[in-house]
Amino acid sequence: MIAYIIRRLLYVLPIVFGVMLITFILFFVMQTRETMAKAQLGPRAKPAEVKNWLHERGYDKPVVINAAWADPAYHHTDQPWWDSIFINQMKNFATFELGESDFNREPIGEKIKSGMVPSLMITVPAMFVGLFLAVALALVQVLYRASALDTGMTVACAVLMSIVPMAYIISAQNLMAITLKWLPAFGFDLQGWGTIRFLMLPVSVMAVIYLGSDVRLYRSIFLEEIAQDYVRTAQAKGVSGRGVLFKHVLKNGAISLITLVVAHLPLLIMGSLLIENFFGIPGLGGLVVNAIQKQDFAIVRAAVFIGSLLYLFGLLLTDICYAVADPRIRLS
Amino acid sequence: MSLLEIRNLGIHFHTENGVVEAVKGISIKLEKGETLAIVGESGSGKSVTGLALTRLLPEPPARYVSGEILLDGRDVLKMKGDELRKLRGKRIAYVFQEPSTSLNPVFTIRSQIAEALKLHRPEVKDLDAEIIKCLDLVGITNPAQRLHDYPHQLSGGMQQRVMIAMALACQPDLLVADEPTTALDVTIQAQIMDQFRDLRSKLHMAVILITHNFGIISNFADKVAVMFRGKIVEYGPTAEVLRNPQHAYTKALIQCIPRLGARQHRLVTIDHAALEAAS
Ligand SMILES: Nc1ncnc2c1ncn2[C@@H]1O[C@H](COP(=O)(O)OP(=O)(O)OP(=O)(O)O)[C@@H](O)[C@H]1O
Ligand SMILES: [Mg+2]
Repeated sequence: MIAYIIRRLLYVLPIVFGVMLITFILFFVMQTRETMAKAQLGPRAKPAEVKNWLHERGYDKPVVINAAWADPAYHHTDQPWWDSIFINQMKNFATFELGESDFNREPIGEKIKSGMVPSLMITVPAMFVGLFLAVALALVQVLYRASALDTGMTVACAVLMSIVPMAYIISAQNLMAITLKWLPAFGFDLQGWGTIRFLMLPVSVMAVIYLGSDVRLYRSIFLEEIAQDYVRTAQAKGVSGRGVLFKHVLKNGAISLITLVVAHLPLLIMGSLLIENFFGIPGLGGLVVNAIQKQDFAIVRAAVFIGSLLYLFGLLLTDICYAVADPRIRLS
Repeated sequence: MSLLEIRNLGIHFHTENGVVEAVKGISIKLEKGETLAIVGESGSGKSVTGLALTRLLPEPPARYVSGEILLDGRDVLKMKGDELRKLRGKRIAYVFQEPSTSLNPVFTIRSQIAEALKLHRPEVKDLDAEIIKCLDLVGITNPAQRLHDYPHQLSGGMQQRVMIAMALACQPDLLVADEPTTALDVTIQAQIMDQFRDLRSKLHMAVILITHNFGIISNFADKVAVMFRGKIVEYGPTAEVLRNPQHAYTKALIQCIPRLGARQHRLVTIDHAALEAAS
């Protein structure tokens, strides 16, 4: 198991390198560095300003290799061959040096650290509340399967699924903040327990947005288990309907649930674009959207780097949880 | 009073493609300690009959349209959920065809047998000792070492022995074995059947053996019921039915038993069209 984990961690290196390579190529295919500078400085920026902007951010170096044959326009004779944009970036990522924002040269690491906290404060509770609700509702449906309650809940899920997320956001803000004035509609402030007031609305909206589809998915997972032979064996032993469901079916179904849920856990750090935008939460989701809008490629790059690491970590975590939950699986 | 008496039992399935009449008014009588074999081809309603004894069929789609199932004179079909659960595993226990899927893959052998004991024999204090006794009874070597194994760690024959041990743990009066050896290879089949024979006399249980194989019942069952399309077409003491079959379908089935040393060059098959016309 340890050997397996180490091997999987080694696979991370080439995969992340590949992701960063593709991201790098895309940036330079899409634009020249001059257009990048002008996007920040404005179209009327003087050549000297552009040059200075590029120099401050290290973009005045050759793209791949510092050599006359590779990139004569940007060749720096006084620097070694490895002093190129690509190699510098990779070196920085390898040491988790995320660099500075292209826009205002603020350290990206700091920005991410401070954005992570509000993001996690929304996504983690939302994910657990949502998971708990969806599993509980799905189990109720399976327990009363093929009854009017089951049908009614299926219809309710379809309704929940067909409402656009924006409608949840606006109606929640309207009801709880504007009409009842119980909770703030917008904004975020870290103030100990008082923070909860800012979290209630975004967390509940986020939990509800995916509820319909999750309940349906979990219901079908549990129904599939209910049809298995071991369920009949348990019934033949005299185990009650609830006992069969909560012991036998839940444990087997949980193994399928793990793949769906655990892979997403690390990505919770990245926050939710939609929720953070509409509830004014200064989290990572908002940070990335802003960076894209401002063409702040340094931040986008860092986000891609962290995102791919987290994603791979989620996959590894899934496999480990699988092996822990399912006695049939041995990692090797 | 008989241990079990089925009178005119009828079972339908209401499916999307219409009503399936799986069992059409069958009657069976079984005394304590007696062994009955239910024989018949695939789809003739054997398993449905077996599961109906403790109302294990999913309702819907299953519906009991007629008759009664009397266990010690009390009608199972009139029992409430609670009473039924006290029956299942305790008075009537089951062994199913496919041991690899019939055991729960994520629980240990110990916990699956313990579940039955906790439900029906709460007086048992030392669960481990009792479970080891059961596993020993069905011929599992080193039972103490097997307790914490998961089903996938055992061979098919061992898994089926565990199923049997689980069924016997609560000392049922009637064991329903639904094709218990079909999924196993031939040498293991014989071992398992010997095990049944041995246990039956040791524990004074009645047994209903469901099979489509006439070959294995001749020296095993006291009585045989032959099912064809949801009906019992022939019913009587095994020796008599084998010696002097009345129904064309039974004759055909008996002819199908391949005999060692017989000068038979082709396997006999059943002509359904002719049977259909006859019945
Ligand atoms: N859950 C169900 N829903 C609908 N029809 C069913 C269901 N269970 C059984 N049947 C039908 O009932 C009939 C009898 O099935 P049963 O399983 O008793 O056959 P069997 O004699 O045990 O056959 P086999 O030797 O293949 O096990 C079949 O036609 C089958 O399609
Ligand atoms: Mg069957």
